[in-house]
This record gives sequence, C-alpha cells and structure tokens, in this order.
Amino acid sequence: MHALRKNRPLRRVVLASATTVSAVVLLLSLKPHSSPGLALGASAQGSGGGASAPAASGGSPTPGSSAASGSSSASGGAPAAGGAAKTVTGETAQTRWGPVQVRVTVTGGRLTEVTAIQYPTENPRDQEINSYALPQLRREALAAQSARIDMVSGATYTSTGYQQSLQSALDQVHG
Amino acid sequence: MGEGVRHAEEVMGTVFSFDVRGGEAGAVRAALGQVVAELHEVDTVFSTYRADSAVSRLARGELPVERCPAEVARVLGLAAEAERVSEGWFSARHRGVPDPTGIVKGWSAERAARRLAEVAGVRGVSVNGGGDVQSLGAPEPGRPWRVGIADPLRPGGLIAVVSTAGAGELAVATSGTAERGAHITDPRTGRPAVTDLVAVTVVAPRLTWADCWATAAFARGSRAGLGWLESLPDTEALLLTADGEVLHTAGLATYIA
Repeated sequence: MHALRKNRPLRRVVLASATTVSAVVLLLSLKPHSSPGLALGASAQGSGGGASAPAASGGSPTPGSSAASGSSSASGGAPAAGGAAKTVTGETAQTRWGPVQVRVTVTGGRLTEVTAIQYPTENPRDQEINSYALPQLRREALAAQSARIDMVSGATYTSTGYQQSLQSALDQVHG
Repeated sequence: MGEGVRHAEEVMGTVFSFDVRGGEAGAVRAALGQVVAELHEVDTVFSTYRADSAVSRLARGELPVERCPAEVARVLGLAAEAERVSEGWFSARHRGVPDPTGIVKGWSAERAARRLAEVAGVRGVSVNGGGDVQSLGAPEPGRPWRVGIADPLRPGGLIAVVSTAGAGELAVATSGTAERGAHITDPRTGRPAVTDLVAVTVVAPRLTWADCWATAAFARGSRAGLGWLESLPDTEALLLTADGEVLHTAGLATYIA
C-alpha cells in the first residue's frame, strides 16, 4: 500500500484527512466507463477519500439493459429524488484477482450503503484482504460522500469530456 | 433545506452547471432561463469559431469596437487589466488580433452567478463554467460551498477540496492540460506554453480574475508562477508539476476543507 502511495507524493501534501486504502482501489478496479448516475456516488466519494471511487463506479447501472450482470432496483432507474432510496447493482468487473461486483444505495442524493456482493475468495490471502478491505471500503465511501462536494474545478472540459466528468455525475445525482 | 434549483447547460463548447439555493423556485427558474440565454448571447458575440460573431469581425477589422455590443469593450478592458497585472503572461490577443476567449468564460460565469444571487431569497449560488467555479453565499445555513479540485492524474478523483468557509464569494479556477491537451499559448512566442506544470488552481474572490491568473501562471511555469501568485492580494493557488510536485501559496490552507 505504501509503495503505491509513493507514486503520489502530491496527495500526501494535500490530503491530510484522507486515509486511502490502495489495496481496495486495486481490488475494486472496476470498469472505467460507468454511467454518470452511478459514477456519482463513485466519484463523489472517491473525491474525498480517494480509495473508494471505484466502488460506486462499479460498472454501468444500465437500467433496462439485458446485460446479465447489471440490474437496477428500487425506484427502477429513475434518479433518486427527494428521499427516495435507489439501489443499483454494478456490472461484474473482472479484475486480476477475480470478479468484483458492488451494490450501492443512494438516498436523497447521498450514498447511504455500499456492499460488495461479489469479490475474490480464491485463497486465504483474498479472505484476509477482504475481511479488512471491504468494511474499510464501505467506511471510506460513506465518509467521502459525507464530504459533500458541490462542484468540481478542473481543466476546462469539452462538451464530450463533460459526460465523463465528476461534475456531470454530481449534476445527474442532484438534477 | 436540501436541494435547490440545479441545471446544466451546454454552451461555449463546454457545459455550465448551476446550483441555486433558496428563493422561490419559479423565480429562480425564470432568472436561470435569462442567465442561460445571456450565456448563449455571449457565445454568439465572442465566439472566434463563428465567422460572423462580433469578435471575429472585430479581429478582421470589419467592425470597430464602438459598434460591437457593449460587452465587447468591457471584456477587452478587463483583459487589458489582466494582461497588465500578469506582466503580459495573460493575453487577450492571438497573432496580434483581439481574442478575448481566455477571459470570456470566467467573466460570464461570474456574471451569471451574481445575477442569480440577486433573486429574492436566494442564499447561495454556485456556477461552474466548464471547470471554473464561482460560488456566492452558502448552500445551507452553517454549511459552506465545497468545491473539489480534480486530480489531473487520476480521472474521477480529487486532489483537494476547497471550502468557502465564511467567505461571501469565492472562485476556484483551474488551468491545465488534462482535458484538452496543450492549448495554453505563451503570449511571448505565440506557441504552446513550455511549462513544467500539469495544472494550476487559483482560489480568489472573483472568477474573472481567478481564471486569468490560472492561465497566466500555467504559462509562466511553477517557480515564477508561484512567486507571482503569492504577490497577488486575496489570491491563493495550488500548482501541480509534471513530476508530481505540489506547490501552493502560503495562505491556501485557509480554504482547504
């Protein structure tokens, strides 16, 4: 974990409050192309804590899609409005350690639950990591979400770049 | 409490995001409609991509400044001020002809935020013009606006969170190569700026200036850029170099959430 952090000296400086679990990041390196709706939870959390971003980006929610691995329940894919809870299950992502799948619940625009419903358990080391990393992941995700970012500043995006941006995710979840 | 009026609008080749808290929703939406229409007007007047825009005609010498819409002279005046303060590192000319592109977006986003803040009952406004944010007031009583600074090396991640923390107005502007490559020109050479920086974020009360200073500092490079930013009143900054070094002004910590 520390070896990884060394590649990012800048974060040591700025992220005084963020405790990052790089192992979790690696473990849950899910597909980069997540739908904005879900990425919202993802990125917004990742923002604060760093480690948890991939959790929510757990694949596209693809409501209505026939993809075997993606499904959306509760309010059926509609943006979570008001206090309505929305639970989305990400697609299964194949990582070098095995399949990972995450389910998140957004209530009133805030991430309220993160559950890994599928994760590597092949060997004792996996289990050891999971017993530590999965609860940590959840804690990180929720803590970061509670950081409540309103806007994101970054190099000017094009209209196309916006679609992939954290700002877009924020707009979608609150819009 | 909770959610205000939010909107995202594609304009000026990017997307503007709005978050308005307080006020009567109908009045806020009406004001938002006006503000958005104004942004499209600004785009029509200032676009260098439209051959028939006032600024394009100005650049070709077909239209004198006096006959352009009044905003053109105003923005060119602001740009001249930015050029002076930045010791020439911000420029509103391209190949010798007027090109206020570098100031228009920040200026118009700030103007939009101020117009929305005038709506009765509004307690907080935040406008994001394609990555440059102007925040006014507060989203909720007792909670400041919180603006994440995107990590250029880790898409979707943030390197820091800036909070308005008591300031009535705060702008966060970032210049960098993460989204559109090397598009910042060195005014001295007319070529892409040779810089050791990946991104510069400037935190200041007004987005019009924060945006210009971020651009100027980026072109200037880390050492000279930081020294210059440190000399500006009410201005803090965070600079990321290509080799992963983080530099910042002494007072930035005040705003780090």
